[in-house]
Amino acid sequence: MKQRLFTILILLAFVGYDTVNAQWMPAPGEAQSKPVYIVGGTMHIGNGQIIENGAIGFEKGKITMVTDKDIDKIPKDNAQVINAEGKHIYPGFISPNSLMGLVEISAVRPTRDFDEVGDYNPHLRSIIAYNTDSWVTPTIRSNGVLLAQIRPQGGRISGGSAIVQLDAWNYEDALVKEDGIILNFPSLVNRKGWWGEPGGLEANKQNQEQLAELKSFFLEAQAYCKQDNPSETDLRFEAMRSVFNKEKKVYISANHAQNIIEVVDFIKTFKIDGVLVGGRDAYLVADVLAESKIPVILNKTHRLPYRADEDIDLPYKLPLLLKEAGVEFCIQAERSSGEQRNLPFTAGKAVPYGLSKEDALQSITLSAAKIMGIDAQFGSLEAGKSATLFISTGDALDPISNHVEVAFIDGREVNLENKQKELYRKFMDKYRLEQKQH
Amino acid sequence: MKKIVGLLFLFWQIAAIAQVTYPTNGAKEIRNKHYAFTNATIYKDYQTKLEKASLIIKDGKVVTVSPSAFIPADAIEVDCSGKTIYPAFVEIISNYGLPEAKPAGEGRRYATQLVSDKKGAYYWNEAIKPETLAYELFASDSEKAKKLRAIGYGAVVSHQTDGIVRGSGTLVNLNDKSENENILKDQVASFYSFRKGVTKQNYPSSLMGAIALLEQTYLDGEWYKNNGHKEERNISLEYWNQQQDLPAVFLTSNWQEILRADRLGDANNVQYIIKGGGDEYKRLEELKASNASLIVPVKYPKPYDVEDPFAAHYVALKDMKHWELAPYNLARLDEANIEFALTTDGLEKAGDIMSGLKTAIKKGLKKETALKALTYAPAKMLRIDNWVGSLKDGSSANFLITSGDIFEEASILENWVQGDQYLIKQENTKELKGVYDLKLLDLRQNYKLEVKGKPASPEMNIVVNDTTKIKVKSSIQGKRITLHFTPQDAQQKIRLNGMMEGDVWQGKGQDLEGNWIDWQVDNRQELSKEEEKKEGENSKEETANLDETKDGTKEDKIGEVTYPFLPYGWTKEPKQKTVLFKNATVWTNTDDGILEETDVLIRDGRIVSVGKNLDGGSGETIDATGKHLTCGIIDEHSHIAISRGVNEGTQASSAEVSIGNVINSDDINIYRQLAGGVTTAQLLHGSANPIGGQSAIIKFRWGASPEEMKFENADKFIKFALGENVKHSNWGNNGTIRFPQTRLGVEQVFVDFFTQAKEYEEAKRNNPSKVRRNIELETILEIMNKERFITCHSYVQSEITMLMRVAEQFGFNINTFTHILEGYKIADKMKEHGVFASTFSDWWMYKFEVNDAIPHNAAILTDVGVVTAINSDDAEMGRRLNNEAAKGVKYGGMTEEEAWKMVTLNPAKILHLENRVGTIESGKDADVVLWSDNPLSNYSKAEQTYVDGRCYWDIEKDKEMRKLIQAERNRLIQKMLKAKEGGAETQKPSMPKHKHYHCDDIEDEGN
Repeated sequence: MKQRLFTILILLAFVGYDTVNAQWMPAPGEAQSKPVYIVGGTMHIGNGQIIENGAIGFEKGKITMVTDKDIDKIPKDNAQVINAEGKHIYPGFISPNSLMGLVEISAVRPTRDFDEVGDYNPHLRSIIAYNTDSWVTPTIRSNGVLLAQIRPQGGRISGGSAIVQLDAWNYEDALVKEDGIILNFPSLVNRKGWWGEPGGLEANKQNQEQLAELKSFFLEAQAYCKQDNPSETDLRFEAMRSVFNKEKKVYISANHAQNIIEVVDFIKTFKIDGVLVGGRDAYLVADVLAESKIPVILNKTHRLPYRADEDIDLPYKLPLLLKEAGVEFCIQAERSSGEQRNLPFTAGKAVPYGLSKEDALQSITLSAAKIMGIDAQFGSLEAGKSATLFISTGDALDPISNHVEVAFIDGREVNLENKQKELYRKFMDKYRLEQKQH
Repeated sequence: MKKIVGLLFLFWQIAAIAQVTYPTNGAKEIRNKHYAFTNATIYKDYQTKLEKASLIIKDGKVVTVSPSAFIPADAIEVDCSGKTIYPAFVEIISNYGLPEAKPAGEGRRYATQLVSDKKGAYYWNEAIKPETLAYELFASDSEKAKKLRAIGYGAVVSHQTDGIVRGSGTLVNLNDKSENENILKDQVASFYSFRKGVTKQNYPSSLMGAIALLEQTYLDGEWYKNNGHKEERNISLEYWNQQQDLPAVFLTSNWQEILRADRLGDANNVQYIIKGGGDEYKRLEELKASNASLIVPVKYPKPYDVEDPFAAHYVALKDMKHWELAPYNLARLDEANIEFALTTDGLEKAGDIMSGLKTAIKKGLKKETALKALTYAPAKMLRIDNWVGSLKDGSSANFLITSGDIFEEASILENWVQGDQYLIKQENTKELKGVYDLKLLDLRQNYKLEVKGKPASPEMNIVVNDTTKIKVKSSIQGKRITLHFTPQDAQQKIRLNGMMEGDVWQGKGQDLEGNWIDWQVDNRQELSKEEEKKEGENSKEETANLDETKDGTKEDKIGEVTYPFLPYGWTKEPKQKTVLFKNATVWTNTDDGILEETDVLIRDGRIVSVGKNLDGGSGETIDATGKHLTCGIIDEHSHIAISRGVNEGTQASSAEVSIGNVINSDDINIYRQLAGGVTTAQLLHGSANPIGGQSAIIKFRWGASPEEMKFENADKFIKFALGENVKHSNWGNNGTIRFPQTRLGVEQVFVDFFTQAKEYEEAKRNNPSKVRRNIELETILEIMNKERFITCHSYVQSEITMLMRVAEQFGFNINTFTHILEGYKIADKMKEHGVFASTFSDWWMYKFEVNDAIPHNAAILTDVGVVTAINSDDAEMGRRLNNEAAKGVKYGGMTEEEAWKMVTLNPAKILHLENRVGTIESGKDADVVLWSDNPLSNYSKAEQTYVDGRCYWDIEKDKEMRKLIQAERNRLIQKMLKAKEGGAETQKPSMPKHKHYHCDDIEDEGN
């Protein structure tokens, strides 16, 4: 008997292993062929609202209905119906300001494609290096992050950012929008030393020169863009056309209070569609940001206070402080690729420090979509928008309960397998242990 | 040795003829310089003050000081009425007259230089250079000497200020003479520091490396003396041994380093004299207990320019507090009866020492102590008090003639070095007060001239009538006087020049038209009673001013010293409380599991009982309904609270270094992590080499000293490491020389060192007296003898298996694999070996070797039966380890209880502390945390954290503290603004550096 059970186990293990062997990089889901209805559970709309025991339906990739009434009347023929009782339905999380797909292993130079030579590179396009076959991406979406903004870094203008959906065959497939350019605002303060031997902070003596240089770049670009057909082409300036006609946003990083005020002034001066990125000291000038209606892609909460004298929970409560001041913000994760999957938890960390759960959710869904200009399609569970959403058995902003069961991007069911789950199964099978989680 | 010194001294005293070895240009000069300084106030030494006394000197030495000195016939008498004579000051931290040190090699920064580039039979490490003898390198430097004399110094002990072992310092006079005459004593003291200096040799790169290197040098010196000299010639060690009888001076830069130096001295039977950084007031109690004599700089930071509120935001409270309290440092040392000498070392301008001292005196330093610290104390400490530091008979005639009390307004007029006179400042010392007749003889004009104020700065006025006075400007040099003034109703000035003879002054001048005139001042009368009274009030006002700020208001109360000296530090240590937590959900981590509505009583630092309806007696009761009570979190892998370097990765093995020597109790992250429920952490060496350093286990006793933070009687651990970091794979082109560069080499490093250690043990057993003691091998032996346990940084499965096999080959087990990201691949082998695991929850893909890391790792290891912890390796993650543990539930389907144990009971087991901490049960340490919610949840907060029953984190008290910090910042900012308004020079705002170490950080933060 024992012998037999053993054989069966081995067989099962083998079969189990074999069937998912190809799932390290699962194939993208197929286009939605029939309507899907998710019934019951708690629907987190993404705009602060919750619908209990309602239903959501989508067809051909678009949400067709979101309702809390007449659930019985949902047509079940030729449709997939998912019972979400006791579960949570969320719009896909959106991770802003990330290096996802632009780097595979950060310590291995050939896998890094995010930092080009030169200070002014608005003409660079991050989307063309986006690696849809990264091992990392599947691990991110299986925590509920279904969209991301990818961006280069370094220099004054690092290049163009793009928004991608995380279930694609190739970068053209993945592209949602090339949405902006990345600008690193001249800092008032430099850190002395180097990474291994950091010094204190000191004033950036080149600050004024750098600022003047930046302004003259924008002025020259503006003048250039006034010509429809310049006799000589400047690729950098050409790339700025979409900035001045507001097709693209300018994502401007700044963390020091003084710098943030200067960023606000810069945005007003050049009449650009500007977004503040970072905003570590934003609480000191939150009223200025609110008044100028400049939104913020906020640093992750998972960081230490910048100054020893600060409230030790300042990074955790900064989202609340901005919320109270009326600043629109979304929250980013650690920029590195591997950390993107912790986006929901970095947002959730603001909750015990006063931000409501739905506001925390909004900061990685609808607010992120608005700030990056994709809210017509994404960011909330509303009819007409893309069916990019998922079901978690528990609260998805808490690592103890985040468990994504089913996810859809544009109505296509996402294969939630990934390399890590596969390795888990492989070795649980080796040890003949019962898998408790996928 | 002492006898010889005594004899020499005697000889030096009685040598009657000035004998020199060098030729003179011109006729031989015979100047015995026999002087009698009479009628002076004389400080024979810091505590013996004689009025109307005489000082006799001859041949550059003091003959005698006495109230009724017989003046020898051939002595020149100098009347010093109204003047005060002090022994000249002695500086003992100086590089006066010595060349700058140069590195022996030409290595570039970050290039590999493993051994000394110095040619010759010297020590293997360039930072150890006892062969540097200052007296051999010394060359008088008249420019520098002049500056030092102007401050009041007569002699200095000079050493080449570079390296860890710096050789001997020499006592020299600050005379403009040949070196032959200036050197008073060749070798006075040996000098040490924690800074390796200009050498390009890689080792040591960290503070703990410098300490270990010193420890080993002591052992090497001992070995060389006994047997080693038969085996090798080592000039450095010879000098080292010669210098062991000299007073030993250790240069440090703050109170923590003073304690480190003292501990090092204690371990080697040396009581160092320790130079500090001027922040001793922060920890007087521990410094007093060290029994070390200190050398203290009179160094105060400038106020910060805080006019721009945004810029001011970068100035740290601790720096502002230090600005306020540094001037009290000497007074507090004095009050604590700590023996200290003063130094100008580290001052921007050495001359600032006197103004600094005057400030210190206003803040409570006794003048006697100040004088002692400038003269007798440094001389006594270095056993040179027969030469300098007082005016005792036979000492070098180094003294100051001053216009009065040098700690008040008086100036140094003359500085005599070795009986040679140096004029410092010409200043009138004669009392001139009174009312005189000023006669412009040719103009037949007579004025009443009123003279008030101090002799050095007399205020002169022509009294026209009761309400009108004309200011007369004067300058006096010796007997010469010049006066000028603008008579009433005139535009031009009358200018006079003359000589003073007694109370009559007379000479020539030019009137308003430029005609030459004769003038005279005479008929001195006393000031009117009214004027005298005013005069008295003025000086009283001046004294009162000392305690007042510029705007005349009384100085605000000053801030208190907090422990630690950081925001959120306490002024009253939290007490060990008796607390009854009522009705909590208690995560016991025992067979009892999670108990609902349960009480826990703590008393005297222990958990007393766990149960229902407990009686807390007279203690505090906390209603914990709806809340969760757990034991404190234990971080198996932390790098917080470490000073100056977490890696000594310059060699393949650095088993000799110890984190326990460099614990930094003043790290704000201790408090931040208490707020995350952490109560204990293992502070680990980094991962830059296969055999790292010894670790330290601390309890988060916020505000305690580094020694007090150590977990008592904890087992000893050491960090090992594998993989890319030890191979320096990601170091670019700089890291390609040091062995090992491959995993193949890593294995052999272990085999080699364990083999060496075994053979070392055998050699010691066979021939105990002849074997050179080797801290590195002794540490490795401890591992093999199961007295020390390995925590090994590890990633890929092959190397993990390899290390287990190496250990087995040498008859012991690995205790812990930390990080262990591929542990899940060989969990069965690990279980069989009996090793523990401590891993990250979900880090991966940041380097090649973490490609196969999976967040299910902890769960698989646990399921297989390996005791597994979740660690941080990161100051930030360290404060939310509870949420990291929760990922065990998410990814591996662990139960909440199992997951929680990964940051509490399991690390307690891994660190062999489970008898003390890790569970909530009676008898365990009262290291407990009260959470608002399920402790694993992202939504819960630690409301209180206790260590040993002391509440170091309290969410409510923290709110109060935030207000205090804001108020204190504001108070200090206002005070700095006032200081700037009052004319104080300011410094630009800057933020202190603060390093958050990870495993692979390779440099010391220091400079």
